[in-house]
Amino acid sequence: MIAVALWSVAALLALAPAGIVLSTRPRGSIILYGGCLLATSTLCVTALSDLLYAPHLTQSATLPIGLPWLGAHFRLDALSAFFLVVVNLGGVAASLFALGYGRHEDSPGRVLPFYPAYLAAMNVVVLASDAFSFLVAWEFMSLTSWALVVSHHRAAENVRAGYVYLLMASFGTLTLLLAFGLLASGAGYDFDAIRASHPSAALAGMVVILVLLGAGSKAGLVPLHAWLPLAHPAAPSHVSGLMSGVMTKVAVYGFVRIVFDLLPEPVWWWSMVVLLVGGPTATLGVLYALMQRDIKRVLAYSTIENIGIIFTGLGLALAFKAEGLDWVAALAFTAAMLHVFNHALFKSLLFFGAGAVLGATGERDMEKLGGLIHRMPTTAVAVLVGCVAISALPPFNGFVSEWLTFQAILLSPHLSSWGLKLVIPAVGGLLALAAAFAAACFVKLYGISFLGRPRSDVAAAAHETDRFSLTAMLMLAAFCLVAGILPGLFIDALAPVSRTMVGNVMPHQVGVQWLTVVPIAESRSSYNGLLVFVFAALCGTAAASAIHRFASDRLRRAPAWDCGYPDPNPTIQYSASSFSQPIRRVFGSVVFAAREIGEMPPPSSPLPARLQVELRDLIWDGLYAPVAIVIDFATDRINILQFLSIRRYLTLVFVALIVLLLVVAL
Amino acid sequence: MSALRDIVSQGAQMSLVLGLAPLLTGFVRKVKARLLRRRGPPLLQPYRDLIRLMRKDVVLADNASWLFRVIPYLMFAGTWVAASLVPTFGNGLLFSWTADLIAIIALLGSARFFQALAGMDVGTAFGGIGSSREVMIASLAEPAMLITVFSVAMIAGSTQLAYVAEFMGSDAVGLRVSLGMAFVALTIVALAENARIPVDNPATHLELTMVHEAMVLEYSGRHLALVDLSSQLKLLLYVSLIACVFLPWGTATADASVAKLVSGALLYFGKLTVLGFLLAVFETSIAKMRVFRIPEFLGAALMLALLATLLRFVSGSL
Repeated sequence: MIAVALWSVAALLALAPAGIVLSTRPRGSIILYGGCLLATSTLCVTALSDLLYAPHLTQSATLPIGLPWLGAHFRLDALSAFFLVVVNLGGVAASLFALGYGRHEDSPGRVLPFYPAYLAAMNVVVLASDAFSFLVAWEFMSLTSWALVVSHHRAAENVRAGYVYLLMASFGTLTLLLAFGLLASGAGYDFDAIRASHPSAALAGMVVILVLLGAGSKAGLVPLHAWLPLAHPAAPSHVSGLMSGVMTKVAVYGFVRIVFDLLPEPVWWWSMVVLLVGGPTATLGVLYALMQRDIKRVLAYSTIENIGIIFTGLGLALAFKAEGLDWVAALAFTAAMLHVFNHALFKSLLFFGAGAVLGATGERDMEKLGGLIHRMPTTAVAVLVGCVAISALPPFNGFVSEWLTFQAILLSPHLSSWGLKLVIPAVGGLLALAAAFAAACFVKLYGISFLGRPRSDVAAAAHETDRFSLTAMLMLAAFCLVAGILPGLFIDALAPVSRTMVGNVMPHQVGVQWLTVVPIAESRSSYNGLLVFVFAALCGTAAASAIHRFASDRLRRAPAWDCGYPDPNPTIQYSASSFSQPIRRVFGSVVFAAREIGEMPPPSSPLPARLQVELRDLIWDGLYAPVAIVIDFATDRINILQFLSIRRYLTLVFVALIVLLLVVAL
Repeated sequence: MSALRDIVSQGAQMSLVLGLAPLLTGFVRKVKARLLRRRGPPLLQPYRDLIRLMRKDVVLADNASWLFRVIPYLMFAGTWVAASLVPTFGNGLLFSWTADLIAIIALLGSARFFQALAGMDVGTAFGGIGSSREVMIASLAEPAMLITVFSVAMIAGSTQLAYVAEFMGSDAVGLRVSLGMAFVALTIVALAENARIPVDNPATHLELTMVHEAMVLEYSGRHLALVDLSSQLKLLLYVSLIACVFLPWGTATADASVAKLVSGALLYFGKLTVLGFLLAVFETSIAKMRVFRIPEFLGAALMLALLATLLRFVSGSL
């Protein structure tokens, strides 16, 4: 099956140069996205059948490319298969969406060649089985996505986003390069060789930190998240969906592959580091999201939150594995992987929804939207499903993975390390906060942009998006529901992944009565999404039919009551900033150093009153700005070297030579 | 035979909570009125209100969407399912394993999610103010509730309410500091979640104080009846939850005799009466808070819950 996968990747790579030609043709984008759709669905089906029917079979292939004496190694095991499914499911949905959405692209030549290359790069990262191929594919993935981020290069903010992204991507690749350098020092580049070698505890610990920096910067862990809310919204919407929903998952794959697979048994403090990064990432990410008014930025920040949840699950898995509690580690690891899958579904869905809104109105600013539920009814339904799912509410899929993470947290009294015993409840509290904020954030996103009255003419004149885009969104929405009401099937499909990575699996779920999910024992906890769904549907229908039978079912339309003073001006409605004002007042002063400056002119003055809100990204100010200042300062000093006279250059060379000779001599 | 029995007792529980919810609200109102030396409306007034609302036409705002009309049913369904999972007179009911405490919180969260959306659907300033404040309160109350559940679940070794209630009724519990803290935290959360004084005052229509009322201002007729019934159900749910976790005595087991079930039901009425009375006394003896004092109030619950959980980690017996 690996041959099929590699051929599909090759097909994607071949589509990239074809994109240059196709971009000049009127129907070119349809052919290209159609080709991508075909290749990614082949990959998706192949990987899925591998995961379901031959999970313990490891297939490998070596191609005579790459380093001359090494070749390029590829390997398909359960972990790769699972991530291939995630990547290509996202790819299928994005290509389908782009079949409609991509036709409106102003400059297709800037998107079409890079899109298939980007998909191919992500697939190769997941398939690679030696450090060289992995890093090359990783860098290729960064560069192609960078090209897509700056595809609309006339907007100054996109150029800045591309610049920051390129810097952070280089930093991430550098740390991964160092990590692999440390690992390969005793073993070589091949993953099999690295797996067989036994690095010392100190070396392994260093590798964990480096991988956390490298994969974490790509995934968007706080404080390495700064590029993500700039870059993800800048790309065309189907690419935003891929970057947020899928590429961050490839980063998670990199972390899991190295820390769980290539390194020896974990030590307890690794998990401490991961947890202390993951928990705050979840809460901060969603708090940032709550403060935004640009739809795509809200979604990008919310990705940071979900990455935090995933890394918390991974941290818990490391903690339990370090203490030999394999069965809990399997629970935490499965929770993290399920969240990987779920987040890929609903984040892609929501980005596509944002794309549909953008296509219909040309606006990303929520405060210029409103009332779209009337104009774009089907999009509104799909986005509503995405919003409920991402807010971790039953019966959708987001709830199941968060619930499993909570169940793993509740088993932490089994741990013996005191540090972990104190950290894990705190992280649990942070996750609980993040879940509540997420609901608030998506009430805001949906309520401001889809409900209420239109706040601008473009919103009032919006129209439903095309059929391909709608199909893509409805497909993802259906997956969200299925994964929410039949979670047992998905948990069982993840069993081989968890067996290869943490050495144990969650109890088999299919066959438990009524498809209930029972992570440990029924006396401890159980959840049945199907019954909750059916039960709620029955209660709702019973109430509706009883009312329509016995009570009045008449209905009159009238102007809104609004306490007797309705104002026809739509600006009277709550805006995105006013909606988050209470939360900003409670948390903003600490987290964002928020300041509200109110200017109230005296009663007789005709001047308007003003309210100015200042929010600062303290991490940017505290971490990135000083680095930038130091680099600026240093480059200014070094710049002098550029304008020396020839005598001074000669002196400099002479002094340098002396110094080097001294160094060698000593 | 036993399957039939299970279905009957589950059905009885569901119709019991549905039937009792307005009575509890009426009782609390009556006690509050008496404490203020008013006569107050009759105990059955909430039922009359519901029936009256059901009979009326719905007056729907011009630009209300389909979602606005569906939300009352969604809220009602979510709350009713959640309420039917909390043991009342009997324990170990048929559907008790369908969802645990975390899922009950999430079900109530879904109901609130939709309620907040309803507030924004018509596009008035009042709806927005209600939704915005509601999510602010919820973003503090929900984590406090979850962490309280963590502490209780760690003591009982389960998040499954049936097992928690069974454990709390057994001799293995004893007096614990962490349970006391969890109780206080849960009470604060219950006050906030049910829009009671000092967090919110559902009896006013004053824009500076109201949260819940502002959200449902545009509802009328059968829709308003369902929204009201949902909030009454929610109050009953929280009171039963406190009763079942902290006052678990007398709850009948799954296979108990009919006499046991009846005595369990009587005791349950007793618990509701006592807790409802205490709620009324508390509400009359305290004033409504300013909106931005609420975070401090709920922050106390959050801290207490976290302390209870940490205490549980540090010492197995406290």
